[in-house]
Amino acid sequence: MSTNEKTPKVAVSHLTKRFGDLLVLDDISFQVSTGEFLCIVGPTGCGKTTFLNSLTKLYDIDSGEMLVDGEPIDLHKHNVSYIFQEYSTMPWLNIEENIAYGLRIKRLPEDVVRERVDEVIEMVGLSQFRTYYPRQLSASMLQRVVIARAFATKPGLLLMDEPYGQLDLMLKYKLEDELLKLWQKTGTTVIFITHNIEEAVYLSDKIMVLTNKPTKIKTTIDNPLPRPRKVTDPEFVELRNQVTDLIKWW
Amino acid sequence: MERGTKPARQEDRGVQDEVELLRREERRRRNKYLLVSVLTLAVFLLIWELCSDVLRLLPAYSLPSPLASVKAFITKFYDRSPDRGYIWQHALASLQVVVIGAGLGIAVGIPLGILMGWYKKFDLFFKSIFDVIRPIPPIAWIPIMVVLLGIGVKAKAAVIFLASVVPCVINAYSGIKQVNPVHLWVAQIFGATDRQMLRTIAIPSAMPMIFTGIRVALNAAWMALVAAELLASTQGLGYMIQLSRTFGRPDIIIAGMLAIGLLSLLFNVLVSLLEKKFVKGGM
Repeated sequence: MSTNEKTPKVAVSHLTKRFGDLLVLDDISFQVSTGEFLCIVGPTGCGKTTFLNSLTKLYDIDSGEMLVDGEPIDLHKHNVSYIFQEYSTMPWLNIEENIAYGLRIKRLPEDVVRERVDEVIEMVGLSQFRTYYPRQLSASMLQRVVIARAFATKPGLLLMDEPYGQLDLMLKYKLEDELLKLWQKTGTTVIFITHNIEEAVYLSDKIMVLTNKPTKIKTTIDNPLPRPRKVTDPEFVELRNQVTDLIKWW
Repeated sequence: MERGTKPARQEDRGVQDEVELLRREERRRRNKYLLVSVLTLAVFLLIWELCSDVLRLLPAYSLPSPLASVKAFITKFYDRSPDRGYIWQHALASLQVVVIGAGLGIAVGIPLGILMGWYKKFDLFFKSIFDVIRPIPPIAWIPIMVVLLGIGVKAKAAVIFLASVVPCVINAYSGIKQVNPVHLWVAQIFGATDRQMLRTIAIPSAMPMIFTGIRVALNAAWMALVAAELLASTQGLGYMIQLSRTFGRPDIIIAGMLAIGLLSLLFNVLVSLLEKKFVKGGM
């Protein structure tokens, strides 16, 4: 499946960001097609989070342009969800209210809110915990709440910043599979940041490798492996080693 | 390496059990603390009784026993001597002043603190005035208020207003400033407007601090009230205490102190009930 045939969901050109004198993002340009799953990998501290935050204008950028569906990104207009690295459930809202948060901000009718919450809460298997508060749940369950909240708004673009970095291996695998299921079901475009190369190869359609600071795009690799993928397949191992070498080479 | 884990249901079951266990543990701990508090109070009263009635370490006109003080407290409900007022009349007079003064202080202080914390323009405009008023002890306002408004309810309410508005502003302000930026980002990504972010993120996150502000404000209000009544008043618990000193009735002094303690305890209980209603999720 060639990415050129699809319309670009995201088009970034000449994105540059400085913190004072420190150049963090150096003239980055790339495109992501609609429905594509892009993983971004790079050495620790290379500015992956800055990259996503600049992309969504949570940070002011110095120069460059971000287009979503051909228009400059506008969070009031474009339907974007972002799963942050930090725990981002609101402690004063119960699980149901946390999941409904984005829907209520977007002022959707209450019956639609209820319907969507029912749908995603079932998908992440938290139906019995609707009225619980975040402090009563474990880390993995909170991460599922955040995923449900992100999917509830049916985003056209989903950004994820090392969402499973703090979880143990078994749960990470489980949530990765849940994410793939949701992605395949909804057809959303995903930009997923990770420092775990195996995770990138397991999830992505395309892998973008970043350099050390000042961050540039080192290369972008297509990932044509058939799904469901097995981490022990020789092709999987080969691709993983290829990406590892690209990062090691630095 | 195969992907897949134990079934979700099993894990959820485990968590539910854990939550139940934690709740039980919390209940047990609460009961234990209650017992300790009651015991401490009992020991304190026992020592006081021993020092006064039993051993007579100090004369009764300077240290009345706890029993005598409680008796004076009860007697003052139907006996107007020596200050020509029942204790409940004094309590009501004090209560009226506290409710007006602290009520206004809270009603003005919390919105002001929230606006100063959220909107930079408000902050710039009010900060300089506020920074001058903040370090002035409430008691220092009493003389000027008496000159301006006399020794009635108005002057005392004004002093209490000043005493309670300051902690409300400070706490609401810091509560808003301490909002977790990630929560604001979540709102921003979903396309929230500035006002939606204030209403759905900043104010709920600041709620625990806002309630701390209310508690501190009420304590400050009672302190300022008694000081104001000691200096300039014709009724109120502070006035009763002051007059009992001149009459040499330390038992009524302590009865007055007890009344103040009980009333501020009542306020604390009311604030706790409100807090339970407004601060969700055990933040």
